[in-house]
Amino acid sequence: MTGLELLDVTLGPEGASPLFEGLTLSVPPGQIVTIMGPSGIGKSSLLDFVGGHLSPGFVAAGRVVLNGRDVTRLPAEARRIGVMFQEAQLFPHLSVGDNLAFGLRASVRGRTARRAAVEQALEDAGMAGFGPRDPATLSGGQRARAALMRTLLAGPEALLLDEPFSKLDAELRGEIREFTFSHARAQGLPVLLITHDPQDAEAAGGPVLPL
Amino acid sequence: MRLIAALALGLATALPAHSETWDETLAKAKGQTVYWNAWGGDARTNAYIEWVGQQTEARYGVKVAQVKLTDTAEAVTRVIAEKAAGQNSGGSVDMIWINGANFLSMKEQGLLHGPFVADLPNAKYLDLSPGSAASVDFTVPVDGYEVPWRLAKFVFTYDSARVAEPPRSMQALLDWSIAHPGRFTHPAVSNFMGATFLKQALIELAPDVSVLQQPVTEATFDATTAPMWDWYDALRPTMWRGGETLPENQSVQQQMLNDGEVDMAMSFDPASAAAAIDAGLLPETARVFVPDGGSIGNISFVAIPYNAANRAGAMVVADFLISPEAQAHQQDITVLGSYAVLDPARLSAEQAAAFAALPTSPALPTNTELGATLLEPHGSWMTRLTDEWAKRYTK
Amino acid sequence: MDDAPDRRMGKALHQVTSLADYTPRVLPGRRLRLLVLVVVLAGIILPVAAGLWETGIAAFGLLPAIGADRLSLEPWRKLVALPGFGTSLRLTLWTGFAATAVSVALALCVAAALQTRAQRLGRWLAPFLAAPHAAIAIGLAFAIAPSGWIARLLSPWATGWQTPPDIATVQDPWGIALILGLVIKEFPFLLLVTLAALRQIAVRPQIAAARAMGYGRGVAWLWVIAPQVWPLIRLPVWVVLSFSLSVVDMAMILGPSNPPTLAVAVTRWFADPDAEMILPASAAALLQGIVVVFGVAAMWGAERGLAYTGRIWLRRGGRGATSEPGLRVAVAGALALAVLGALSLAALVIWSLTWRWSFPNALPEAWSLRQWMHPAGGWGQALATTLIIGISTTTLSLALAIGWLQAEDRARLSRARWAEALIYLPLVLPQIAFLYGLNVAFLRAGLMPGLVAVIWAQVLFVFPYVMITLSDPWRALDRRMLAQAAALGAGPWRRLVAVKLPVLLGPVLAAAAVGFGVSVAQYLPTLFLGAGRVATLTTEAVTLASGSDRRIVGTYAVVQAAVPIAAYAAAMLVPAWIFRNRRGLAGVAS
Repeated sequence: MTGLELLDVTLGPEGASPLFEGLTLSVPPGQIVTIMGPSGIGKSSLLDFVGGHLSPGFVAAGRVVLNGRDVTRLPAEARRIGVMFQEAQLFPHLSVGDNLAFGLRASVRGRTARRAAVEQALEDAGMAGFGPRDPATLSGGQRARAALMRTLLAGPEALLLDEPFSKLDAELRGEIREFTFSHARAQGLPVLLITHDPQDAEAAGGPVLPL
Repeated sequence: MRLIAALALGLATALPAHSETWDETLAKAKGQTVYWNAWGGDARTNAYIEWVGQQTEARYGVKVAQVKLTDTAEAVTRVIAEKAAGQNSGGSVDMIWINGANFLSMKEQGLLHGPFVADLPNAKYLDLSPGSAASVDFTVPVDGYEVPWRLAKFVFTYDSARVAEPPRSMQALLDWSIAHPGRFTHPAVSNFMGATFLKQALIELAPDVSVLQQPVTEATFDATTAPMWDWYDALRPTMWRGGETLPENQSVQQQMLNDGEVDMAMSFDPASAAAAIDAGLLPETARVFVPDGGSIGNISFVAIPYNAANRAGAMVVADFLISPEAQAHQQDITVLGSYAVLDPARLSAEQAAAFAALPTSPALPTNTELGATLLEPHGSWMTRLTDEWAKRYTK
Repeated sequence: MDDAPDRRMGKALHQVTSLADYTPRVLPGRRLRLLVLVVVLAGIILPVAAGLWETGIAAFGLLPAIGADRLSLEPWRKLVALPGFGTSLRLTLWTGFAATAVSVALALCVAAALQTRAQRLGRWLAPFLAAPHAAIAIGLAFAIAPSGWIARLLSPWATGWQTPPDIATVQDPWGIALILGLVIKEFPFLLLVTLAALRQIAVRPQIAAARAMGYGRGVAWLWVIAPQVWPLIRLPVWVVLSFSLSVVDMAMILGPSNPPTLAVAVTRWFADPDAEMILPASAAALLQGIVVVFGVAAMWGAERGLAYTGRIWLRRGGRGATSEPGLRVAVAGALALAVLGALSLAALVIWSLTWRWSFPNALPEAWSLRQWMHPAGGWGQALATTLIIGISTTTLSLALAIGWLQAEDRARLSRARWAEALIYLPLVLPQIAFLYGLNVAFLRAGLMPGLVAVIWAQVLFVFPYVMITLSDPWRALDRRMLAQAAALGAGPWRRLVAVKLPVLLGPVLAAAAVGFGVSVAQYLPTLFLGAGRVATLTTEAVTLASGSDRRIVGTYAVVQAAVPIAAYAAAMLVPAWIFRNRRGLAGVAS
């Protein structure tokens, strides 16, 4: 079975009752499943659990299976699950190009090959020549695009989107959404999207799961 | 049997140096670094110790590292702490600049190496006959456990520009201080110098000076010190800050004299005023004076702890300290200005000439001006005196 | 959630217990955490405990080395009978509490007066934070003594003094000079801690809300903000109290001498030629510890009392008088202290360049570079030793702190507060209470006094400060950034080296500078565990301060102050330079 599967997931703060229970979900490659629900319901914690980023103080049960691999007990860095947060989370100490190089999977070897891969990704994002720039000088849209390219360069097998468009203004939102979704679909990634915005869900085109 | 074995063992540990020739000592000493624990409050002494280290390194391959103490007792405590921890060799203190109470304490507790003085080649220049100045330390017999290296004699320092005619007796000092309130003080009595000032006063004011050479008893103490306490009770309120606060040591008081906070300082070194002028630490007009009845004199010693890690090196350094060359260098007022401890009669004409050729200064007293040298009271007097002072004047 | 909760809750009850079993565990993280804990316990807590134990048994008559082998109260009897003991104790309590109270009050009032305009202040406080206590004390003595610089500047034209007046401005029997010295050093530290705490509180809207209800700006601050700040600065205040009650180097230079404060008296008794004195000295060292525990307890009680009476006042709705004049006095006082501190540091520099400077000349009549031209055998050697010890202790402490925080991150466990509390033990306990015992314990364990023992002993004090400085920025680092790095395939080691450390370069260097400054300033640990052989700038400066030559003392103190100030400056400038083209880190760097 390919794609991302969540099996019987129960999650909540330690010592308190779970936020939700027994969640089972399957995301085939190339599909975007949208999870919607009010704040505090545990949407972000669910993504944290899937990605391996659950904060101390949270406990969870259930399994995460990616392309037939059970990744539940793997550390985040071994899961091959990319994540995009509200903030682009470009590392402030690295140039834009170095940020992308940080993400680029290690299997791409040789200085020239790696540089070419980064430059190609920047060009794909319409940011050719932005390599040496300070990430703090980018516009919101540029930042979002650079962050996505960085995530994709890591060669993920699935993508988690934690309200990545919520901080963008309406005009930019559509553009970035389209940019993100098209790249994800093109690479055949199973995508889990969390959002408050019904337009996001509509554009995703996949099933919508209210939590 | 056991008793004899124990005695033999005791002797073996007490007298290891006797089995050693000087050449063997020199060979052992080569490459050692001697940690000389010495009061570090005097920059010129520190510089002299550094010079000694350069000399011994060049001549014998023995380095000297001065451990600068704020109080000699620190080194004594350290040896005690090491003994406490069972560290009977490889100790951290190789040599101590020591005197009086500290020497008595270490000698009584068996914390000193020796006797070794007679083994030093340069000991031939010393007068070590019984009763000589270099053979007793505060009436405690030296017994070969410490080496004399500089002569100390109690003197007052004053600024002749401010004080025309200094008071040359304890009674005159009291009258002067009443006439000039707040202009006299003495170092804290817990300090060596402060205690010496009290002893100087005691010798001048005691009804019977001879008892001071005996260990103190309750009866002799009260009778002998009573006039001195009366005198001090009169003096104290006229002193700087009403005698409530005292400078920590003679260096601080010398600074006060330099600043004009007081008009007198005191020292155990007759050349100190000349030396201080030379170093920019006192005005050109500073001079020394000695009470008409003479003043207390004693000798500074170095001793080696029983567990010293670099014993051979320490012996080599101690020997160098009493060489005519080192003694002449030390007496140079541009260096230290400390009077030599050697017996002039035992020096060759050439060696004596080196002393005669030393530079002089108007602030350097002549031997006549220095007057008679009074004997230190028995060590028990100092302890009793400082305890009693603390009881009377520490609130 | 709508109608679901009831159904879910029921099922949850029996599931909750088994939840944890499925949580992914990163075992290497726990191993690292265990390793760091063991190192901290064995390297820091154990020596302190052993030191306290050795001091403690000596206080009750057990020190076989000097033939004391009978448990008794004799040392305490002897201690109480020592001349000046009562005065020493009273003096200690008075100077310690007064200095702490003034420092805290000034810090809170100045923070209240500055409100939100205080962000750049850190740079101005840095020299006072960095300059060691001994250097400040020596400089202050140079400035305020009857023959000091201030008197020289005003004489004879304003005062008519041709010779210095016979008034006690230094080593005064009331300990005012000592309190002044402590406040100059501790007030900036508490102000900085307060400002850092304020950043965690939404000050502006809360003050606005209180003012809208009719409370004056200052009163609003006291009622609303101060109670929130206090829990965040409580530990630093305890540290300041403990330090003020037990300081030795500053008290030797500025405090009264006959009798001195208890800590100075204890240090002297430990060094008494009469070995028997070690017993009452140990008792006094233990008493010093009891005084601090009592002091902290009293402060805790006062805090409770104040909170209680404050609430009663609050419920009455009293708006209080305007506090503006009080705040203005505090700011004026703080400014005066800053000027005095600057004057003290300047006096050190001038004396180091002096040949002769007689009273009442405002400046030296003869200048000289002599002290500076001869570093060999003098301050050069002490500087080298200081640097070796400072760099070693800072590196060790920083490695341990980063290990601790990294282990905390990786083990996915929340902060172990009990272990954290233990780290700060060496700061809250007075040094004299366990240093002599530590010396004995080290000797028993075969560790000779010397450089290694000094470095170890200093780490006890450097590590907690490094932790205090580093842990807040470390924990404030955006976890999402690290999650992102992990999602990009970066393992824990790469996350540390390629993301955390570079992003936290500013705080890491700041922690290093603080640690280095603490190391440079250590007096008692260096003295006790170096057997006096390890001569640092601080031990030399304090020793020389009891001598006469202000020119040499000034030189040592200038070097002693300059070294940590340079480290602080480097900690500010280096990240700013490295990240000059990284706007996102501009704030982190300062």
